[in-house]
Amino acid sequence: MEPHLSIDPVNDVQQLLSYPFMVNALEAGTIVAVMAALVGWLMVLRRQSFAGHTLSLMSFPGAALAALAGWPLVWGYYVFCVGGALGIAAGAGVGATRDRAQESAATGAVQAGALALGFVFLSLYGGVLEDLETLLFGSFLGIDSGQVLTLLAVGVAVLAVLALAGRPLLLASVDEVVADARGVPVRALSVAFLVVLGLAVAATAQITGALLVFALLVAPAAAAQLLTPRIGLGLALSVGLALAVTWVGLGLSYFTNWPVGFTVTTLAFILYAAARVVKR
Amino acid sequence: MLAHEFIRNALLAGSCVALASGAIGWFVVLRGQVFAGDALSHVAFTGALAAAAAGWDLRAGLFLATVAVAMGLAALGGRAGSGGSSGSGGTGSGGSGHSPADDTTIGVVFSWVLGLGALFLYLYSSGSAGGNGIVGARTLFGSIFGLSAGEAWAAAAVAVGLLLALGVVARPLLWATLDPRVARVRGVPVGGLGFVFLVLLGVDAGEATQVVGALLLLGLLAAPAGAAHRLTASPWLGMALSMAIALVSVWVGVGCSYELSSLPPGSAIVGVAVGCYVLAALAGGRVRRGGAIPSRGATGDAIAPHGREPTAMTSRPSTS
Repeated sequence: MEPHLSIDPVNDVQQLLSYPFMVNALEAGTIVAVMAALVGWLMVLRRQSFAGHTLSLMSFPGAALAALAGWPLVWGYYVFCVGGALGIAAGAGVGATRDRAQESAATGAVQAGALALGFVFLSLYGGVLEDLETLLFGSFLGIDSGQVLTLLAVGVAVLAVLALAGRPLLLASVDEVVADARGVPVRALSVAFLVVLGLAVAATAQITGALLVFALLVAPAAAAQLLTPRIGLGLALSVGLALAVTWVGLGLSYFTNWPVGFTVTTLAFILYAAARVVKR
Repeated sequence: MLAHEFIRNALLAGSCVALASGAIGWFVVLRGQVFAGDALSHVAFTGALAAAAAGWDLRAGLFLATVAVAMGLAALGGRAGSGGSSGSGGTGSGGSGHSPADDTTIGVVFSWVLGLGALFLYLYSSGSAGGNGIVGARTLFGSIFGLSAGEAWAAAAVAVGLLLALGVVARPLLWATLDPRVARVRGVPVGGLGFVFLVLLGVDAGEATQVVGALLLLGLLAAPAGAAHRLTASPWLGMALSMAIALVSVWVGVGCSYELSSLPPGSAIVGVAVGCYVLAALAGGRVRRGGAIPSRGATGDAIAPHGREPTAMTSRPSTS
């Protein structure tokens, strides 16, 4: 049956949901959107989008390493994500306040080094890695229900960690100096946040692609923070925007046949631009 | 090895691009704009794919895209507009002074640009039969060994032009970066310089994409410059060091890749550069901890203004 858009929205949704792969995609997208929106809100607050993007790219060298060494894929991701997170944290210096210039330089070096390693592994491996473009640009289609369960487990774990560390992490993100004076382990929290970010992003990127994760991490959270300075409302808004972007993007992609990476990022960008215009 | 023409072309183009990237990268790290460089490198990918989809020359699309996005980033209240002029605008997070707004703005803009890249990839691969692998590989991985003599000379000419342009703006740009307020008071066009610098960065990104590829460009931009910043605080020495490290990376990388055929040239070049950065970080860290060079602490502060509020910077000497 060819996808075709009718005037009746109920019929359209029924048509979408009649395919198991679309149902899986919507479930996976929902989990990713909720997790990315919450983690991303903290990431945007901490101004670590660059680190987030770098960690999301770690799925490529991770996959190449796993292919070369014959490991399960996830091992490769974890090696590179944890390594990358520690490298970025090391670049930020040892003090309570992050040296942002050095952190960004270290992030750049980590990213370039890891990608270079990825190409070397790929070249040594000699084979063709499933699909580099899928790994980078992602696709929600072709996700099976086992992967949805994996995503769900990762999402729950990440949110549990964030819930536990939430308050001190928030204080450390907003004001490092005050947090340090109050005895909050700012440095350890900073490293821990990067590692959690890395694990969350890597586990997601292997299924949905690096681009989609990153777009969902940064744009809804950035729009939410533009619209409200309140914490609870901001988090809720971020999740709501991410869900809307994901669902509409998936539907649009289904009916137009455009790549989902394009529809989701475009919708996210429009939301962010609208938020900027509203606040101007 | 030098008997091969493709090696000579690779070394010619690679050396010039390395010098330009090393010098521009030094400013990129100083200004905390590595993420902008990262974004522009991915924009190069999108640009090339767009050109491929439209059937244009790849390089035209590449340069058009990088320069256009560089201008867009500068206009979107990037660092160029930071400080007094946009401070009253108030984008919620009070983004005057350092560049917090940049981080998110760049992130949002460039995830969208990558999304466009996905669309062009789809349009291109569904439009013409096959071939998308070649374009994708050329832009993602670079093709330093595939440059013709004409392309190599063109790359060299662009790189020399970049260096000359940077030479013209270097002194005021340095001032505008280290102390934007004083520079503005003294009549330096801080915003204009930031704009010009991003455009230079855009051209350099397009240029370096041909040598090491869009994905690895960042290695040539950030790693040698980061290493230089770790090792010395002196601007001109640091810039020279950054250029030297980039140059050595290209030479050693090309050499290694020639000897070991399974080693992709882009990876080898970036691998050497990142290795230099790690060594420099270890060495610089030891110097700082040991306190052997007292000026090291002052260095950290001198480089910090884009990372912290300028008010904190200016108030510090008076309080201590």
